[in-house]
Amino acid sequence: MAEKIDIILSGVGGQGVLSVGAIVSMAAMKEGLKVRQSEVHGMAQRGGAVLAHLRISSGVIESDLIPKGGADVVLSMEPLESLRYLEYLKPDGALVTAAEPVENIPDYPDLSMVHRTITDQANANLIDARTLAKEAGSLRAVNMVLVGALSVNLPIKSESIKEAIRDKFISKGEAVVETNLKAFNLGREAGGRQ
Amino acid sequence: MQEVLVLGDEAVALGAVDAGLSVAYGYPGTPSTEIMEYLIDYSEKKDTGLIARWCTNEKTACEGAIGVSFGGRKALVTMKHVGLNVASDAFMNSSLMKIHGGLVLAVADDPGMHSSQNEQDSRFFADFAKVPCFEPKSHQEAYEMTIEAFKVSEKFHVPVILKLVTRLSHSRAVIQRGGTAEKSCFGKAPDRKDWMAIPALSRGNWKEHLELQDEFRKYSEKSIFNPISINPGRKDIAVITTGLAGNYYMENIKDLDPAPSHLHIGVYPMPEEKITDLCSRAEKVIVIEEGYPFVERYLRGILPGGKNIDGKMNSVVVPYGELDPDNVRKALSLPPLASQKPVSIPLPGRPPQLCQGCPHADSFNAINEALDKLGGGTVTSDIGCYALGAYPPYNTVETILCMGASVGMARGASEAGLENVVATIGDSTFLHSGVTGLIDAVSTDTAMTLVILDNSTTAMTGGQNTILSSSQIKNVVLGCGVNPDHVREFVPLPKNHDENVKILMEEISHQGLSVVIPLRECIQTLRQKKTKKA
Repeated sequence: MAEKIDIILSGVGGQGVLSVGAIVSMAAMKEGLKVRQSEVHGMAQRGGAVLAHLRISSGVIESDLIPKGGADVVLSMEPLESLRYLEYLKPDGALVTAAEPVENIPDYPDLSMVHRTITDQANANLIDARTLAKEAGSLRAVNMVLVGALSVNLPIKSESIKEAIRDKFISKGEAVVETNLKAFNLGREAGGRQ
Repeated sequence: MQEVLVLGDEAVALGAVDAGLSVAYGYPGTPSTEIMEYLIDYSEKKDTGLIARWCTNEKTACEGAIGVSFGGRKALVTMKHVGLNVASDAFMNSSLMKIHGGLVLAVADDPGMHSSQNEQDSRFFADFAKVPCFEPKSHQEAYEMTIEAFKVSEKFHVPVILKLVTRLSHSRAVIQRGGTAEKSCFGKAPDRKDWMAIPALSRGNWKEHLELQDEFRKYSEKSIFNPISINPGRKDIAVITTGLAGNYYMENIKDLDPAPSHLHIGVYPMPEEKITDLCSRAEKVIVIEEGYPFVERYLRGILPGGKNIDGKMNSVVVPYGELDPDNVRKALSLPPLASQKPVSIPLPGRPPQLCQGCPHADSFNAINEALDKLGGGTVTSDIGCYALGAYPPYNTVETILCMGASVGMARGASEAGLENVVATIGDSTFLHSGVTGLIDAVSTDTAMTLVILDNSTTAMTGGQNTILSSSQIKNVVLGCGVNPDHVREFVPLPKNHDENVKILMEEISHQGLSVVIPLRECIQTLRQKKTKKA
């Protein structure tokens, strides 16, 4: 049986949803796995809801899109967005999302209700991503916190992901690499707590 | 062999480079934009002599590429599906030219309208011009078909269409890249009779083109991109797929045991013998196509007593929007997979919106107030970020048709008797095809105000440079003959709001043609420039 993991990535245009996918893809490729990532470009990136499909497999990947009921994880950069895609999750699939909202619409629902709805899900993990990123040293490391939280659900060694993070940020200097690695570790710790 | 992780668009760019491409032209349009962005980047980084340029519109890009072919070199033209409407005059007639250097049009369709105004299927244009069409379903095919498309173009001396769709253009995967061929240089086309579309010559060229059709069919029949697999053990259904439907079918095939006989079509004209063979194998054929029911319509015909066919035309396959593993599953009569349930709390939509601090927002606020004070009016608009002026809180614009149409529609609306008519168009779209509409309005001094929302970039597609700099736009307007007293500029910023409203009111009240240019750079490109500097 081929090793295979399907991830739905969601968030709001401009949050860097694709950069999360890029790190995971790079790490998967380091381990000799195949990847296919369906992205959103163009109009939807202007502050709208963004959905990306990331598929990782040791075998052939036929479709760019994950079927409903096929995803192992929904990883969301934003709590309201995380709830849009539950139909993609397998019955035992995991929901991992940042807790902090992007309230750029007039009818954003009550946040505590959104949070409660998330924590009511069977296999959900609400991550205080901004708080952890701040602790790591930079609010810009939010995405790496979420990569860390996601990593506990992946059949990929955390060393491979750390290598990918290093490769991605090395041109910006060692301090930036360290901040992002710390963010990854804090996210991974938070991801392990359920 | 080299492994590279690329977008589908980038696989096309690399295929073209490895085919021996000399020149690429295009106009930005989602989802095709990244082909040219990759080629421009490639041409700037590597000293390969490759020329890659954005053009004023798809028609000038296509004409340029036909000129390259005439000069004996390989040319690629890139555009989105509706761009081919603009380029179609050049494209349709080029099918009767004896293409010299290979000519490939990479045209990206947008089923599901992620970032487009319609779902038109470019296979019809290939059929209309009677030229071969390739439709890749994977990154590797996008790469290989691009190389093959250039070969076919030079073998049969015709333009070739490479049809892409959003999900492939904007999906990332690894391709195996082969070597790079030398750039061909055949010199100038030998016979001018092959290159002049005048009736006396075209009649002969048309006959030759019709005679070629059989050759295309033979080619398509043998192509590895039209694979057929026969299962004599299953006689109830057989399946034909095209484009990405092939992937969604394969995604579900494990639940279709035993697998039906299957033909996937990746190259057109259609492989008629393979289709006939497949259809003879089962009682019913299910045709699953990304795009319009192109193959299905041919199969059905109009005479009764034909084959039992399921597809988009009887809604067994959903006839609009994008295919996906789920609706293809349903078309194959398979039950949905078990999944988690949607939540019961309301989830308000989150449509795209103008960025915080966008200059268009200030322009729309000023237009709204000016028209309010004048007792109302009519606002036409165009294709670009500013189409978001259709939504709250602005609700400014009333029409959006196609590139440049805001200008022509405003002129018509004014001549129909509407008052206070305002056309809103971006700088890049104005140069693309708003200029000609403006010349019409100049010729009759039509009472309308053209507002050129100049943000110094092609913003919607990611910030490509406008073909002329902002400093030139006013000169273009004046050069078209607009009265200089009624060509006004302002800076769309909240602090200038009252002054901007006043300028707009003066010009909208003028009973003749006026042009107002709100000029302030897109905050996204401004930000990108700052990041680059830092």
